[in-house]
Amino acid sequence: MKEHIRRKGPIRQSAGDRAFNIVNAVVMTLITVVIVYPLYYVLLASITDPVIVNSGKLLFYPESPYFEGYARAFDYAPLWTGYGNTLKYTVVGTAVALLCTIPAGYALSRMDLPGRRVIMFLFTFTMFFSGGIIPLYLVIKSLHMYDTIWAIVLPVAVSAYNLIVCRSFFDTGIPTEMLEAARIDGCTDFKFFFRIVIPLSSTIIAVMCLFYATALWNMFFNPLMFLSGKENMPLQVVLRDLVLMNQATSMTNNAEEIAMRQKLVEQLKYCIVVLAAAPLLIVYPFLQKYFAKGVMVGAVKG
Amino acid sequence: MKVKSGRRGTARRVLEKWQLYVLLLPALLWLAVFAYYPMYGLLIAFKDYKGRMGILGSPWAAPLFKHFETFFSTSIAVNAIWNTVIVSLLTLAVGFPIPIIFALLLNQIRHAKLRKTIQTISYAPYFLSTVIIVSLISMLFSANGLINGIITDLGGSEVFFTSLPEWFRPLYVGSSVWQSMGFNAIIFIAALVGISPDYYEAAIMDGATRFQRILRIDIPLILPTIILMLILNVGNIMNVGYEKAFLMQNNMNTTVSELISTYVYKVGLQQAQYSFATAVGLFNSVVNFILLVTVNFISKRFSDISVF
Repeated sequence: MKEHIRRKGPIRQSAGDRAFNIVNAVVMTLITVVIVYPLYYVLLASITDPVIVNSGKLLFYPESPYFEGYARAFDYAPLWTGYGNTLKYTVVGTAVALLCTIPAGYALSRMDLPGRRVIMFLFTFTMFFSGGIIPLYLVIKSLHMYDTIWAIVLPVAVSAYNLIVCRSFFDTGIPTEMLEAARIDGCTDFKFFFRIVIPLSSTIIAVMCLFYATALWNMFFNPLMFLSGKENMPLQVVLRDLVLMNQATSMTNNAEEIAMRQKLVEQLKYCIVVLAAAPLLIVYPFLQKYFAKGVMVGAVKG
Repeated sequence: MKVKSGRRGTARRVLEKWQLYVLLLPALLWLAVFAYYPMYGLLIAFKDYKGRMGILGSPWAAPLFKHFETFFSTSIAVNAIWNTVIVSLLTLAVGFPIPIIFALLLNQIRHAKLRKTIQTISYAPYFLSTVIIVSLISMLFSANGLINGIITDLGGSEVFFTSLPEWFRPLYVGSSVWQSMGFNAIIFIAALVGISPDYYEAAIMDGATRFQRILRIDIPLILPTIILMLILNVGNIMNVGYEKAFLMQNNMNTTVSELISTYVYKVGLQQAQYSFATAVGLFNSVVNFILLVTVNFISKRFSDISVF
């Protein structure tokens, strides 16, 4: 009876297939572990006694919890200034980028826009050739944007790739019949865009928010080049100073803490990395549907 | 006559669409100021740029290619070019096939929910910043970090990963693959999902194993996507981001970690040699662009697939 069912089943597994499935399961498990474990380890290390962490042993659960690192991190003002700056740059930057990209993406999706091909080419060209950092730096200087939020926000207000993703979305998402019908009713291009296109575009707006916000949140080099004051630096620069340039020692200036200092410094690094990485890692699974969609839309016509 | 009316027609067509141009305006302003104005700024590669005189006012370099000649006469040039090429070729050789293999294998998981979960996990590292990635490297691969802990537990002796020059490239490439495998796989996975089930049914009828189905159906059908991505990747071969190399750089590993882009940043912004640094950057961009156009041309010729 059992054999009978197996033979009638739509997919008969050969020995080769069974071996393949086993190998595949092993490979997939390995990949998942290699991706997840380092992140999990850092999280554990941030709440575990640094003596254990520094012995370099594998951690699987929080043994001898130790929260001094977080206590220090929460007291450390530059970290929170950095957080505040990053938040500001991300919110303003994303808003500016949407304002530039979404309307342009729509306009470029319109077949009846004169000069569409030339303009599209001019944008695409920037994906493959650019002036480079020095000329951009000189532009920022000459526009008196150096050391202002605009130096952070404006150079990344449009990315040609995102613009293409947007245009492709409107190409397929807004049927021409809709435009024709609206035109017969005397609808202008403005009205059509704001009243009809925008309400239909929540997907692409979400995708663009995620793309631009991720880039802005993670931005490191532009602030380093275009800002001078420490009080304006975003989280990534603060993070670099603390973790990679070992400036964390400056955080404990109390004399009696010198003995504890080294211990604490190591743990602080883990805490700060967790604090910096957490927001995006918590948010992305909820938006990943849009994210994957955006990448695919871009790939089709990219 | 005809030309005239044609021109007037064009003017009228443009005027009729003025509202669309208004929608385009912010992006066009950006294009002019932050994309093409800096390209115009590339002129200073052929000048002796003086801040007070501006781009046009600064005197031309004599000879015109002075800064390029200076660059090529240094030993740093050969080294930086070599390092850039090696790092990006390694990244391409390792980082390009792995997402494809991952996509092919993931596609074989029949449990839809499990497949989705693994995929979501796989691109988590993509959301981490370069600073965080390098921080992770420096912490996990440090002398008393996790990796060395495992090595000593297994009876090996400590390896000073972050200071030994020979470990710079493996760490650079390995962490890039770790970070972007899942993200780069997205589009191959999308291509695989698009394959009609008819092919598989026919193949199963003929007794094809899973492995044969991957080899004979999946790979040939996603080949156009693979070629397209390959062109884009090769076209970016000289564009090795300076961020990561810059962050991973220390006094011990500069012989391998000095790339063209990190060198440009150092001489340009830290030493304020604007013209010289711009010349080096321009050389890099031009080589890169020529590569892209060449690969695109070859691909267009032989497979009819091209970026533009």
